[in-house]
Amino acid sequence: MGREKRISRGDFLKAMGAAGVAGSTLSILACQPNTNPQQSGGGGGGGPEEKKLNLYNWTGYVAKSTIPSFEKKTGIKVTQDYYTSNEELLAKLQAGGTGYDVIVPSDYMVEVMIKSDILLPLDKSKIPNFKNIGENFKGLPYDPDNEYSVPYQWGTTGILYNKKEIGELGESWDPMWDPEFEGKIGMLNDVRETMGAALYRLGYSVNTTDPDQLDEAEAALKEQKPLVRGYFDSYSGNRPLVLNGDLLLGHNFSGDAYDALSSNPDLDYVVPKPGATRWTDNMTIPKGAEHPDNAHKFINHILNAKVGAALDSYLYFNTPNEAALPMLPDALTKLPYYTLAPEVEDRLQIIQDLGEVTRDYERRFTEVKSA
Amino acid sequence: MGEEKGRGWTFGLVGLLTPVTLWLGLFFLVPLLFILAYSFGTSGVYGGITLGFNPGNYLKVFDPLYLEIIVRTFIIALINTFLCLVLGYPLAYFIALKGGSWKNALILLVMIPFWTSLLLRAYAWVIILSGNGIANRVLQFLGITDEPITLIFTPQAVLMGMVYSYLPFMILPLYAALEKFDVRLKEAAQDLGASRWHTFWRVTFPLSMPGVIAGSILVFIPSAGEFVIPNLLGGSRTVMTGNLIQQQFLQARDWAFGSALSVMLAGLLVAAIIFYVRKVGAEKLEGV
Repeated sequence: MGREKRISRGDFLKAMGAAGVAGSTLSILACQPNTNPQQSGGGGGGGPEEKKLNLYNWTGYVAKSTIPSFEKKTGIKVTQDYYTSNEELLAKLQAGGTGYDVIVPSDYMVEVMIKSDILLPLDKSKIPNFKNIGENFKGLPYDPDNEYSVPYQWGTTGILYNKKEIGELGESWDPMWDPEFEGKIGMLNDVRETMGAALYRLGYSVNTTDPDQLDEAEAALKEQKPLVRGYFDSYSGNRPLVLNGDLLLGHNFSGDAYDALSSNPDLDYVVPKPGATRWTDNMTIPKGAEHPDNAHKFINHILNAKVGAALDSYLYFNTPNEAALPMLPDALTKLPYYTLAPEVEDRLQIIQDLGEVTRDYERRFTEVKSA
Repeated sequence: MGEEKGRGWTFGLVGLLTPVTLWLGLFFLVPLLFILAYSFGTSGVYGGITLGFNPGNYLKVFDPLYLEIIVRTFIIALINTFLCLVLGYPLAYFIALKGGSWKNALILLVMIPFWTSLLLRAYAWVIILSGNGIANRVLQFLGITDEPITLIFTPQAVLMGMVYSYLPFMILPLYAALEKFDVRLKEAAQDLGASRWHTFWRVTFPLSMPGVIAGSILVFIPSAGEFVIPNLLGGSRTVMTGNLIQQQFLQARDWAFGSALSVMLAGLLVAAIIFYVRKVGAEKLEGV
């Protein structure tokens, strides 16, 4: 799973990200603990913390100004480490190597981490800017009371396509199964999203555990496979492949699609009916964080309206920060499906953790890719 | 005196061998034992592992889906090894026997790709082979094709990428073996009436056998564990065992099954190599 390297800028960074995947396999095998894992203090308060913060984030997932503005305001020095998938983040924390104060897991991974009891509850009194979060982004099903997490960025998953070549697409997943586009379709190399596309098209829930529905989805993906060029990452795969014409249709995260639209006006992005994913990345504090006070300060800083707007303008994703919305440039808010009509919002689903069924999804996706 | 000298030697050797023993023990043997222990453990739903004796992970390997992937992996690795041998041998032969004063420069050229990360080179191939990449433009310019043809994200592209990446591992040991070859043996065979073909198969090739064996093993082992190239050049449409193992660790959170797969793969590789060296190697080597 995992929206790998969703946002990193530039091909070089991307290649480094993939190197990270290869490297991380090794580091997991070696159970290498990272920084010193003393479980000191926890959330215990006590005396003033040293002016440091360890942020563990997706590669390239901050605006240029985000961290400098925090350091200037608070005098707290931020050290950032990077991961490229939710699973890599989880594996690192489970291997005992933490020392991180703020991490940015996606929706279903927040749920996994809460169930694994590795997150620290947030003290909302230290996050006054929490009021800036839109009602629509509070109390999402993976953390109903925002006890552990506050949203960082969100977006949708849909289809990036070449409008000039194939004309305007309706709001449907069908083109991804259309023999006319054989060899010109790229799906995501992501179990939940690609199984999800098949489930959405069939009108089922993206979180179904019904074996019959999963059988149908698996069969649909096997039927689709001869038409598919491959299963790629969003940022480093489908986005450039649609841009350079190798693909006509790419299964993409919204921000990556917008990134492509901004450099090629022939392209368009659609969030299909009857269903599509709405995902959210969240800031949380892992247990064992050495600077929980600073972590709260950082989270509060991100939720500042201006900081949120700057983050969004740079990353092309959506902000959950309602106070930041009026500050966003028109070029951003006018992008297709950036500002969602209510009927589009209604069709969006949130991917949730499925416990043991996760492995059933995994096996089915392997079966599809191996067919 | 003699005794003391001997002891000095022993101490010296122990001193020299200690760092490498510690290094290998700590960073190779211990992780390997971890994998072995994990392969009998039980994976928690959210990752993590409970140690114990659970042979279920190994039984899961016999799922037809996974068996098919393992068999496919071995076939791809075998084809890759064969192609590297067929392509690499003439080049190694040429450099070793006809290279003259250019030998070192030519071998350097073979090694130059190692100076760049495999990942970046694989990305370079993606760009070269893409629809409007250099390869397609040249083909269209030459009038061989009108429309861009599909060169990338196919099983053929995976194989091509693997041959490209592993060819130097074949050429270098072949070169080392052929470089030591005494040309007078060839002349003697020809003086005794053997044809050039005959001379090659009965004299030159058998004498280069250590290079063939070393090269084949050096190519076969990493190609059986390959997972980057099927992803980058194959568009993840071709699943190899390496991909499967990676998925278990990073996606399915099933470390126990991933470890069992790793142990199985390592075991099969060791068995294949013993078989190969015994069958092919020993016969040929003894025949010399």
